[in-house]
Amino acid sequence: MIHVKVTDQELIPAACIDLVSDPSAGGTTTFIGTVRNQTKGRQVLALDFEAYVPMAEKEMKKIAEHIEVHWHALHVCIFHRTGRLSIGEIPVVIAVSTPHRNAAFEACQYAIDTLKETVPIWKKEMLEDGEVWVSAHP
Amino acid sequence: MKINLIAYGVAREILSGSEIAIDINEGTSIESLKTTLLEKYPDFAKLQYLKLAVNEDYQEDNYVIHSHDEIVIIPPVSGG
Repeated sequence: MIHVKVTDQELIPAACIDLVSDPSAGGTTTFIGTVRNQTKGRQVLALDFEAYVPMAEKEMKKIAEHIEVHWHALHVCIFHRTGRLSIGEIPVVIAVSTPHRNAAFEACQYAIDTLKETVPIWKKEMLEDGEVWVSAHP
Repeated sequence: MKINLIAYGVAREILSGSEIAIDINEGTSIESLKTTLLEKYPDFAKLQYLKLAVNEDYQEDNYVIHSHDEIVIIPPVSGG
């Protein structure tokens, strides 16, 4: 089963893991993205996330569907948060359960890599000395 | 015809607003709308890329815009 969501509420990794639990799963992988305190040597105070929500959820669903077909995943959960997040908070959680462990690792990696390329979500770094839209400019 | 353009992220800042109305000719493609945007707002040319979504999907440059389409400017994404 597929679970995707863009929300302004706190993400709870354990809840995502519960959503993908299955008696026929041999393994579950999770990716938990966290806000870190620096980027390219500059101190980060917070990150602001915004999303084009309906399309973001559609693109996340495409990623999950690909994982179901390509890695025979039992369940896929992709949750992303929006709003202002402080250091250590969680903007993204991905959980994948599969019959065999290798597929779970590969699928989870695919999910986060693809999300960063295709899902219409943007983050702005609030730095000590300014603000920067991440990846906007070459 | 008049269409509304919705913008997020750095695109919203370039347009100084999350929505603008612009006039385009019947038969305008995504590609020519992009050209118009780049002429009107040169800051778009400084971005890593500029994509347009139509009705919640990325669209090819040759797509012809209809008056009821929801068109969203997608600057480089950076989720995760």
